[in-house]
Amino acid sequence: MSMTVVQKILARATGQASVNVGDVVEPAVDLAMSHENAALVINQFTEIYQGTGLPSRVWDPSKIAIVFDHRVPAETSKTATNQKKVREFIQAQGITKFHDIRGDEGGICHQILPENGYVRPGAVVVGTDSHTTSHGALGAFAFGVGATEMASIWTLGTVLNVEVPGTIKVVVNGEFASFVSPKDLILHLIGKLSAEGANFKVIEFHGETIRKMSTSGRLVLCNMAVEAGATSGIVPADEETRRYLREEAGVGESLDMVSPDPDAEYERVIEIDASQLVVTVACPHTVDNVRPVLSVQGTAVHQIVIGSCTNGRLDDLAIAAKILKGREVAKGVRMLIFPASWRIYKESLARGYLTDLIDAGAVVMNPGCGCCLGVHQGALADGDVALSTTNRNFVGRMGNPKSEVYLCSPAVAAASAITGVITDPGKGAN
Amino acid sequence: MTTQMKVQTSTLVGRVILKLGNDVSTDVIYPGRFMATVLPAETPQYAFADLAEFNTQLKKKTFPPHSILVGGNNFGCGSSREQAASTLKGHELVIVARGFARIFLQNAINLGLRTIVCPELEASEGDDLEVSEGRVVNRTTLKSYPIVSLPKARQAIINAGGLIPFTRKRLLEKVGKN
Repeated sequence: MSMTVVQKILARATGQASVNVGDVVEPAVDLAMSHENAALVINQFTEIYQGTGLPSRVWDPSKIAIVFDHRVPAETSKTATNQKKVREFIQAQGITKFHDIRGDEGGICHQILPENGYVRPGAVVVGTDSHTTSHGALGAFAFGVGATEMASIWTLGTVLNVEVPGTIKVVVNGEFASFVSPKDLILHLIGKLSAEGANFKVIEFHGETIRKMSTSGRLVLCNMAVEAGATSGIVPADEETRRYLREEAGVGESLDMVSPDPDAEYERVIEIDASQLVVTVACPHTVDNVRPVLSVQGTAVHQIVIGSCTNGRLDDLAIAAKILKGREVAKGVRMLIFPASWRIYKESLARGYLTDLIDAGAVVMNPGCGCCLGVHQGALADGDVALSTTNRNFVGRMGNPKSEVYLCSPAVAAASAITGVITDPGKGAN
Repeated sequence: MTTQMKVQTSTLVGRVILKLGNDVSTDVIYPGRFMATVLPAETPQYAFADLAEFNTQLKKKTFPPHSILVGGNNFGCGSSREQAASTLKGHELVIVARGFARIFLQNAINLGLRTIVCPELEASEGDDLEVSEGRVVNRTTLKSYPIVSLPKARQAIINAGGLIPFTRKRLLEKVGKN
């Protein structure tokens, strides 16, 4: 029978020749990721073992990854104590893929996993983070789960009772206009689908535009697939996947390049002409409230953020530095830069990006993702408007329910930093 | 039939204490700034913390158990934070919504928070709803609305009384102790 890429991955992970959409399966897990919320996973994991008389051991410590990124370095003694408990657990269980608060290995989980080669095409990847969808960029079936679900995975090594999801095929052809980026493409798609349009579905990306897109761009698409409700986004593995894993992630092993059957069945096919896309922003307070940047141009902003698991990678910092080099962040605007990992931090430092950004008036923070969800630095005042390359703009998302958040690409963020108002990078800032 | 299953399928009557619109995010249900609090027993105090008045009423235990929160489409969208389910479970609320986001629904089922999918529901704050197998009756307006069954894959977890006992049973089967 013909299968989508996720059907193929689930068939392999359950040892079957094929699976149908709607089948209930129990796939084996290749990688199980948590961040600081491992503290809750540990609590639930311990409870599963209670009264069993069995020692509480994780199924395979080599397949668990834990990355501290939400509150780094710890902002309170409560966080520090939680992180300490997680470290002790990691030590006791022999978990090896641990990325602590360190310059030589740290960063945001959704950057750390790809850049260390932990994610492979065809793998089943789960994470206690909704943006685990990111890892579909490398051809894996990757989805977010809650802490108790993860505790169950740590116990059994499988995800219990997974219903094989249907797939929406998105085909993108054509070249982006100047300053249009993968962020604009995914915001456009979310606007088209709505915030729940892909709920319980997978979004499989195809087309020339995707084939030519870097893994960094694909990570943006898959990262935000969840904002349309998708279980997962996925780009079937291709030459770029191989290049990224070999050259950037240092993976030497053979790769399982799973691709969908040409006559696989899709619930819906959406075709997008990339050349027709415009620079786009998501307006408060839902991600599907998308508009062309021109329609909100001139909106005054107080804080601009470039970073997060969505847009804190090298190409994002490169375009921001290019736009801001020799220019100045408008007075009264705070601009915060959070590189997605220390590797990216060091590379952008070496290339001069960070110096250009600092000279323009930006503040370069340490890698971490807490600002996006209002848990660590970069708090907003009552009445503040933020413009951010992050992924969510819900009421209170950045920590203050009396503030507003607009979402955009790094180019829009950088151009707007110069003017202090939301600005089309192709038209303003000159 | 387990006790938990009886609870899940028996008729329940509750008053709508809060009605919300579409796309209620987990940032609204359980703001990120309280995420350092992880233990289920400690999360109820922060339920809807930014809706200060409602939060105060919850904390004062103004509402009887099985009081109902009505949502629109895509209830619980956003973050995978399980606190969003445990905080509501702690107040023994029942969530009746036109639709739920995937991870929130899964977390709710895993923790035993009762969630009802009722796509056509019309209800206002103060209405009394009767939830039984297959339908919700609004006793105030005397109208009836069909319930969509939860995904079949989830029913086994509900029947076991949540994911922790379900996994524990599987673990014991795996090691041959059951």
